[in-house]
Amino acid sequence: MTYQNVPAPVAPEINLGDSFVTTRVDAVVNWGRRNSLWPFPFGTACCAIEFMGIVSSVFDVSRFGAELVRFSPRQADLLIIAGTVTYKQAPVLRRIYEQMCEPRWVISAGACASSGGFYDCYCTVPGIDEIIPVDIYIAGCPPRPEAFLESIVQLQKKIDKESLVEQRTVGI
Amino acid sequence: MKVITPQGEHVDLMTLNVGPSHPATHGTLRILAALDGENIAGCVTEMGYLHRGFEKMIEQGTYSQVLPYTDRLNYCSAMMNNIGFCKAVEKMFAITVPDRCIVVRVILSELSRIIDHMVCTCTNLVDLGALTNFWYFFNTREQVYVIWEKLCGARLTNTMTRIGGMYRDTYHGFEDDVRAVLVKIESAVHEVRGLIEHNKIFIDRTKDVCAVSAADAISWGWTGPCLRASGVDRDLRKDEPYYGYETYNFDTVIGTSGDTFDRIMVRMYEMIESVSIVRQALDRLKPGPINTLDARLSLPSRDQVYHDMEALINSFKLVYEGVRPPAGICYDATEAANGELGYHIISDGGTNPYRVKVRPPCFTQYAAYADMLTGSMLADVASSLGSINIIAGELDR
Repeated sequence: MTYQNVPAPVAPEINLGDSFVTTRVDAVVNWGRRNSLWPFPFGTACCAIEFMGIVSSVFDVSRFGAELVRFSPRQADLLIIAGTVTYKQAPVLRRIYEQMCEPRWVISAGACASSGGFYDCYCTVPGIDEIIPVDIYIAGCPPRPEAFLESIVQLQKKIDKESLVEQRTVGI
Repeated sequence: MKVITPQGEHVDLMTLNVGPSHPATHGTLRILAALDGENIAGCVTEMGYLHRGFEKMIEQGTYSQVLPYTDRLNYCSAMMNNIGFCKAVEKMFAITVPDRCIVVRVILSELSRIIDHMVCTCTNLVDLGALTNFWYFFNTREQVYVIWEKLCGARLTNTMTRIGGMYRDTYHGFEDDVRAVLVKIESAVHEVRGLIEHNKIFIDRTKDVCAVSAADAISWGWTGPCLRASGVDRDLRKDEPYYGYETYNFDTVIGTSGDTFDRIMVRMYEMIESVSIVRQALDRLKPGPINTLDARLSLPSRDQVYHDMEALINSFKLVYEGVRPPAGICYDATEAANGELGYHIISDGGTNPYRVKVRPPCFTQYAAYADMLTGSMLADVASSLGSINIIAGELDR
């Protein structure tokens, strides 16, 4: 299986340089980005059921601003891979990642997505970081809802440290 | 796409790909439909996006190590898969588990059936745009999870049973917790039924949609709620009773027309029947041993291990090697939430299963899906897929 080496799109802000305006505007932009993550749940297996659990009212992911689930990659900026990714599924995942606009973040939820889990087998991808870059890994099989929420908080901290003038990702 | 009909007519068809990454297909199913306007003139379905090599993986482990894999077959009701597998292996040993274990397994099975039907129904209704029901059912489902957590620490993938018994006995206050959650379940089912049963939009979307006749359902090999929705009175709990189901007082819920409406409603009413079974089982729950005393399966007590050489050897062999069912072939099925969940186990007398074939209930239902869709409308793709409750974990294995 081969993938084309497509460079990630570059944000136009990168040409602005490291000036007072761009450094100050980072705080405002990051505040907006971190508190309104729109997730695309790429749920394939058991972890997707737990993802439904955090969207429901008991755990209520909307407290962290990430409740607006989008099923179009073009409308989402957070890709949550919840479940096993097989070699048959891998091109689909890669394509969905490429369809997402910058800035985009990836959470790998659970053992299967992070490492293949206990499916050490001819058909499962041993971790999705073989095919797309990952920002946050969540342990668990499936992860508890608290772990899901913790990962969103961790991602928010990560977003806070980012800057508009830095290119986020390069093509892998 | 130009198609020439047998009558020589030229028809313009549009091909549309649905899935695998589509909210209604759970990320793992793919439908390629040929559309004539909004009608589906023909379609092909594809599976295998979640093929995780279940049957190959479990040949490499001992019988006890199979249990966590069975959790991940139908992950909406993991307990029932555990119970089904343990029951099959226990059948190979020709043993019966203690009475308390049987009653606890009945309670856990029926609660699992309820939460499985809840996920199926509420996601189906979300696909139809009725989001409110999702909150009602998921809140109640979380309360069942609290009981699961108290029992074994896990929420979704429990691995609660062991071959010859359970991981551990129930906790103090289990009966009260279950009785309390049953009231919540009844109230949630009542609320959701109130929202959908006479709702015109819901009825218009589901009544006479993707109907499957009783004869078709039987020839496709359907089992479980979908078969009963088509009007066939078939329930393994009644027809081939196990765990004393014949002594419980409950009704088999049967539909009439086998359409999407019936399939959803059969599940709604089955939840109420399951609540009744759990209540009866709670009344029968008497103190006693939970694990079998058969030395081939259960560990001897620590006291025996420290003072008796035979018990020490027994403990050592069970821990280091695992259980050894006698050589032979065994098929055993339970009525899981989706239908007949069968395990066909071939043992060569060793500690690893020689071969395990799972008969998943939704495999046959998905096989019929393309046939169901042909002639219906594009909007019915989501509504009917939810009603046959395809769980990719057990479909693709």
